[in-house]
Amino acid sequence: MVEEANAFLARDHSTQPAAFTPDYKTTRLRAPSRPLVVIPNTLTETTGPVFGRDLIGDLDHDLIHNAAASGEAAIGPRITVHGRVTDEFGKGVPGVLVEIWQANAAGRYRHMNDDYLAPVDPNFAGGGRTITDENGAYAFLTVKPGAYPWPNDGNSWRPEHIHFSVFGTGFAQRLITQMYFEGDPLIAMCPIVKAIGDDAAIARLIAPLDMEHATPMDRLAYRFDIVLRGRKSTLFENRLEGN
Amino acid sequence: MVQQPIAKETPSQTAGPYVHIGLAPGSCGNRPLENGEIGSVLYDAGVKGERITIEGTVFDGAGEPVRDALIEVWQADHEGIYKSPEDPRDPGDPAFHGFGRAVSNFETGLFRFETIRPGRVPTADGRFQAPHMLLWIVARGINMGLHTRLYLPGDETADDPVLQLIDEELRPRVIAIQDGELYRFDIHLQGENESVFFDN
Repeated sequence: MVEEANAFLARDHSTQPAAFTPDYKTTRLRAPSRPLVVIPNTLTETTGPVFGRDLIGDLDHDLIHNAAASGEAAIGPRITVHGRVTDEFGKGVPGVLVEIWQANAAGRYRHMNDDYLAPVDPNFAGGGRTITDENGAYAFLTVKPGAYPWPNDGNSWRPEHIHFSVFGTGFAQRLITQMYFEGDPLIAMCPIVKAIGDDAAIARLIAPLDMEHATPMDRLAYRFDIVLRGRKSTLFENRLEGN
Repeated sequence: MVQQPIAKETPSQTAGPYVHIGLAPGSCGNRPLENGEIGSVLYDAGVKGERITIEGTVFDGAGEPVRDALIEVWQADHEGIYKSPEDPRDPGDPAFHGFGRAVSNFETGLFRFETIRPGRVPTADGRFQAPHMLLWIVARGINMGLHTRLYLPGDETADDPVLQLIDEELRPRVIAIQDGELYRFDIHLQGENESVFFDN
């Protein structure tokens, strides 16, 4: 069968994690064992949901305040996390939903299944969302999450991280990842990070400190750019060329 | 003009066990963001087409229900039109969203979508796909979201061009089991009944 003209470039699995990475123990029973079945992109894969800006509330991007009592704020080092969502050609992807979630500054998630002994912050829920602007740019205000222990291998600790969920313009671009912070020594020890076997690819998940975008006397900034799969051609080009 | 890529796709990482905080806050005891959250009902009142319910469980390789999965669904409307600017036939039915999100129940592992029977979606070479939806599964222990398809049972599955790319004996694993208005679709991450996952 023939794929759509605006199909996505094939996914480069050499820079993606394998499914079965036994040092990350949960993958042992959750990784499929058969290879993925390669299928050409149909409309099912080249299309995807569009979320209107009316989904986004005024404080959705501001995790310091979006769950805080009036006049209060989340506890922890205040930061801006910002960047651009582009495709593999470097073109900004405007109008796409970016959602994040994270532990609080003490390394505790506000979630009924997290019983870590660090305290919950009553003014911090840890979830936020925004929609990229016309250049594909996004920004969140939050607090720097703490590292925390997890039951993988006796003394396993997650590096400080923020989870990112990103939509593109087609469902085949759908991506969930994690952003780490420059200089964190736990990154190199983490079996979830090391599920990605390529150091250059891991480096792209580590956000550098971005003093240029720090807000004096308020917030440090970290920059995290996200790349989604690119299309072989765009619908617009096809329409122009009439094919 | 042939463009060359200048950057590589960002690597995926697991959604982890606390995915609900970001994507389905109401399910883990948190307050949804100001304008609510994306739910598991894909339509508004007045939707066209046959209403159906999808129900299933994600199982791990030991046959245990996965209770921390998040499943997204993407499908066409009753005429086979996607609600997306990338579908040249858009707009379709304004009462149909095409997209939904469900979480596995924390006790039972069951997930559930309320949707409509999709129409047939054309292919680039003028054929038609059988009524289907794309399902995307993330959870702790899944390093990269898994894509599968749920086909509704029926004669159209016989000549679906994507199904033909799957080994014949595995095809039933992407076809839901009908029980009245309910369609049952379990996902097996591993093991004897392992589901079919796609690189699309």
